[in-house]
Amino acid sequence: MARAFTPKVLTANRLLEGDVIYYSANGDWVTSHDDALYLTDEVQANELLAACSKLSEYLVGAYLANAALEDGKPVPTHFREEFRTRGPSNYHHGKQAEV
Amino acid sequence: MYSYNEFDKDFIQTRVKQFRSQVERRVDGSLTEDEFKPLRLMNGLYLQLHAYMLRVAIPYGTLNSQKMHVLADVADKWDKGYGHFTTRQNIQYNWPKLKDVPDMLQALADVEMHAIQTSGNCIRNVTADHFSGAAKDEIEDPRPTAELLRQWSTDHPEFAFLGRKFKFAVTGSETDRAVIKAHDVGIQVVKNAAGEIGYKVLVGGGLGRTPMIGKVLREFLPREDLLPYSEAIMQVYNALGRRDNKYKARIKITVHENGIEKIQELVEERFIIQREAFAGYDQELFKDIREAFAAPDYLKAPTTAFDEAVNSDPIFRSFADTNLFEHRNPDYAIVSISIKKHGQTPGDATSEQMRVMADLAKEYAHDELRISHEQNVILPHVHKSHIPAIHAKLREHGLATANIGLISDIIACPGMDYCALATARSIPIAQQIATRFDELKLEHEIGELKIKISGCINACGHHHVGHIGILGLDKAGVESYQITLGGDGSENAAIGERAGPGFSYTEIVPAIERLVGAYLEVRTSADETFLETYRRLGSAPFKAALYPETRVAAE
Repeated sequence: MARAFTPKVLTANRLLEGDVIYYSANGDWVTSHDDALYLTDEVQANELLAACSKLSEYLVGAYLANAALEDGKPVPTHFREEFRTRGPSNYHHGKQAEV
Repeated sequence: MYSYNEFDKDFIQTRVKQFRSQVERRVDGSLTEDEFKPLRLMNGLYLQLHAYMLRVAIPYGTLNSQKMHVLADVADKWDKGYGHFTTRQNIQYNWPKLKDVPDMLQALADVEMHAIQTSGNCIRNVTADHFSGAAKDEIEDPRPTAELLRQWSTDHPEFAFLGRKFKFAVTGSETDRAVIKAHDVGIQVVKNAAGEIGYKVLVGGGLGRTPMIGKVLREFLPREDLLPYSEAIMQVYNALGRRDNKYKARIKITVHENGIEKIQELVEERFIIQREAFAGYDQELFKDIREAFAAPDYLKAPTTAFDEAVNSDPIFRSFADTNLFEHRNPDYAIVSISIKKHGQTPGDATSEQMRVMADLAKEYAHDELRISHEQNVILPHVHKSHIPAIHAKLREHGLATANIGLISDIIACPGMDYCALATARSIPIAQQIATRFDELKLEHEIGELKIKISGCINACGHHHVGHIGILGLDKAGVESYQITLGGDGSENAAIGERAGPGFSYTEIVPAIERLVGAYLEVRTSADETFLETYRRLGSAPFKAALYPETRVAAE
């Protein structure tokens, strides 16, 4: 039996700044995980990921990251992805300080 | 200090121009990421978790005030106002923008600095004892040897595509402050029975997922044979080293799988051939290099100001006890500046702190600074009469922490706060341990204790050679920390022994506290260090403290 698909968000880093970005429901790329498109369909997720190869002038290192839904918003399920939503934890700087 | 010749200058400037053009082509779409990635890595530019990271080489950890000022300027102009000094004596900037990197490299090139060979499967930045040229126990300054190796290995066409990265370290003392036994090749300056200076050559050391202590390849190598012999080692490794599996590709595995005798035989065979190719020009060059590392003109002055400060100021005395080391000139001392104030990120210095250290070096320390692999900054040549003034200035800038060699002087890799390879965080663990033992006011009582933390199996935090090593892992989606005991990065190098099951993020600091508590209970006296106690008693009392529930179950 095929393994059940774990919901995902599509994420990458911006080519010029290196910032963490997510593919949003509006079809653009945003820095907030809250606004990421919550992908529950494996075929759609893989198609969107494949399409990133055409965005090489905009982004780097696209991949699908596991997510869950909480209060209607996608949240990361792994601590690595959680860190990527806000920045380093050693002191308050990076993305969390800019928001 | 060594200054570039015209060839070096042209090479670095040309590299910046080439990289500028490569970045432009990447941005305009002429280069894909797959094409661009090896080019950026050759110039020290990584993509990390939250941003790009630029790793700048500081050959054998040696800087002058001008270079340190530029490192500070780069941090302010193109990064977030700080830099991170690493266990390879390099500096990393954590937030550069791709388009700015050519300008950063240009600013660095203008003061003879670069990021070449700080990444990739090539010979990396050559490291050396951070007390080089100043240590009392030194046979000779190892930096000219390191510089000769740097010149030989930079852009060496035969060794540009090795099976894996390759690291050299050099020491000029019997006391090993450069962890030479955990390097692919470790070189120790030695004197033979005839009083001639040469090198003891070790090979096959390394940490990472398969930690190994280096083995002696040659007890005594005449000085003039260093480059042909190094070339022979590299050729044997290049031919014999595995390329089928990146985890088996380091020379430590080549040595392990073939045996040191076989490697010795092959290297000696190659060496005979390589030696013919060296007509002595390298030794001419070496003479010039040595002149650039001549000792400074030492000041002759009374040291009474120092003695008075030691006797009258307890804070200064504490600093003098932990942060000063014996210099070859009895009127001088080596000053270690801790960039590990309790609760701070080990190895981070703000641009302001960098400028303060640069200015102190210029004013009081013959314009020399060193970066240690233990992530601190050293003023190697300080006349003792100047130390009270230096200390006062350091205090104003959060740089006077008296903790060198103590429990809060922790090596920690960037871990999952920055690094894309990490499996767990390491910096916050270091911050919490330092803060906790500062609260307990126990660290001077505990004495010498080296804690080293890595956020993944690659062991950039040298956890295998920590007296207490901590390895952060991802255990089923949760950060988990494994403790190793009894590691040693000195001339008596040893790989730490795993203590038992890992601890969670919230459990690890209390576990370290129990471990240290057990040491204080069982040591024979305050003079017996943690490592000595461990060697005397083995791991049993420490395991019992780490896993009290197991002991109860066994009883």
